[in-house]
Amino acid sequence: MHPALSVIFLTTLIGAGQGLFLALFTAQSYAAVDFVTIQNPQQFYAYGSGIALLLLIGGLLASFFHLGHPERAWRSVARWRTSWLSREVIALPAFMFFVFVYGVMHYFGWDPLVIKTEHPLQGQLSLYIGIIGTVLCFALFICTAMIYACLKFLQEWHSPLTVINYTLLGTASGFTLATAYSAMMAPELVTLFGTWATIITLTALVSRTASLLRNARIKHKSSLQTAIGVRHTNIQQKAMGLMGGSFNTREFFHGAKMGLFKSMKWIFLVLVFLVPVVLLATGMRSASIDILITAFVAQYLGLLAERWFFFAQAKHPQNLYYQTI
Amino acid sequence: MSDDNPYGKDPTGTFFNRVQSFEIGDYPNTELVHFPKSCLHCEEPPCVPVCPTGASYKREEDGIVLVDYDKCIGCKYCSWACPYGARELDEHQKVMKKCTLCVDRIYDEALPEAERKPACVLACPTNARLFGDVHDSESEVSVTIRESGGYQLMPEWGTQPANHYLPRRKTKIKIHEDELIRADNPLKKEGLKPKTVVDEATLDDVTSW
Repeated sequence: MHPALSVIFLTTLIGAGQGLFLALFTAQSYAAVDFVTIQNPQQFYAYGSGIALLLLIGGLLASFFHLGHPERAWRSVARWRTSWLSREVIALPAFMFFVFVYGVMHYFGWDPLVIKTEHPLQGQLSLYIGIIGTVLCFALFICTAMIYACLKFLQEWHSPLTVINYTLLGTASGFTLATAYSAMMAPELVTLFGTWATIITLTALVSRTASLLRNARIKHKSSLQTAIGVRHTNIQQKAMGLMGGSFNTREFFHGAKMGLFKSMKWIFLVLVFLVPVVLLATGMRSASIDILITAFVAQYLGLLAERWFFFAQAKHPQNLYYQTI
Repeated sequence: MSDDNPYGKDPTGTFFNRVQSFEIGDYPNTELVHFPKSCLHCEEPPCVPVCPTGASYKREEDGIVLVDYDKCIGCKYCSWACPYGARELDEHQKVMKKCTLCVDRIYDEALPEAERKPACVLACPTNARLFGDVHDSESEVSVTIRESGGYQLMPEWGTQPANHYLPRRKTKIKIHEDELIRADNPLKKEGLKPKTVVDEATLDDVTSW
């Protein structure tokens, strides 16, 4: 498949935004059971939600560049019963709304107690808004990934690993960002976020490696024989019916040289997993904001490469019909 | 329908129908198969449920898969969901285009009944394309599919295309080796040819012309 920049930015930006929100809510949950104490919680949650919202808006804007008719985008909520894309279009603004509410509540300190509990932090409304946000956040991860995972003849994508990877990689980048953010805003949380970021990044390494191994030995069900229905071991295309290229030759081939394609895999493995884990470890020890920001930037750039590779690796069966001019 | 640089260096555009060519076999025993390719109007079209807007739909009454150009947002997701690559984005109108089975022709009562067929079916000089109702088991297409071994493309995905392809028909004659030598040649079989009798009167001697 041809990796579209709009989709690469959409999935990576909202992934980081979702992960950051999950990190903020993790901190709030920990605070509610006294695992951590946050010095300045209002500001911390409010600005954090603001950053998450900016990332989500960035992703949403990027998605519009993918559309031929962005002005009709509102129509895409119609088929949520059958289409994962439609479900994503609903889940993304819904999640953004709750992130917005979550941030605004903390910013203005509107946080009434809705349930009487022994611990004051356990009954606050923002905690329950956060729970809804978390549910929507995971729903959004599932919707985004299922857009790809539900296409059964794109065999590289048609696997639960796709959903797991989207969720883990998005969460990992969000937690790495939260580590850098907390180094600025709430240094007492650096270790919490940094540890989780490392754990999630390493878990994502396992699941992404699993999908790389799976895809390396994948057996494609379609062949030229089934594509044209002729049973012969030696079939060669002699003409594709056009000479100057078409949508079919542009949309479904990545067009990159084999060297670039192969090196992209190692680039993302190093940038998404190795570099951030090392930088997180050193950054946590030295509490250096610069190192932690570098960790996030490296991981985000790596995720751009990861997403590029994810698209480029998928072999669409229609390519069988476009083997030669 | 876009048609850019039709006579220029990089001609490109949107197609409903392409004819591709495939060479089958090992030299010198090869043959060229010309393979027309368009939307197959699947019974289970994978491109329809993925459409977020409902612009892509399969008509209840006749099963034709169509795109509502006014609802299409040009997200290209349906083209990803078609294993045959039958859908193409129109670069100018920015909506998804595909073969409509000439839905405007086949119901046009202004046309004589014999011409209410897709343009490609009418245009084919050798009548290689047939058009009809695959659900009517006695229609020309159903009978042909049944009796001439019609098959579907990429059956592994369960899309059940309504369009079927017919295997190539070849006129073959089986000649056995011994049939090349004429075994029943009367001259060879009887061996002896009638000999001329020398001492009897010939026909010329007894008749006077």
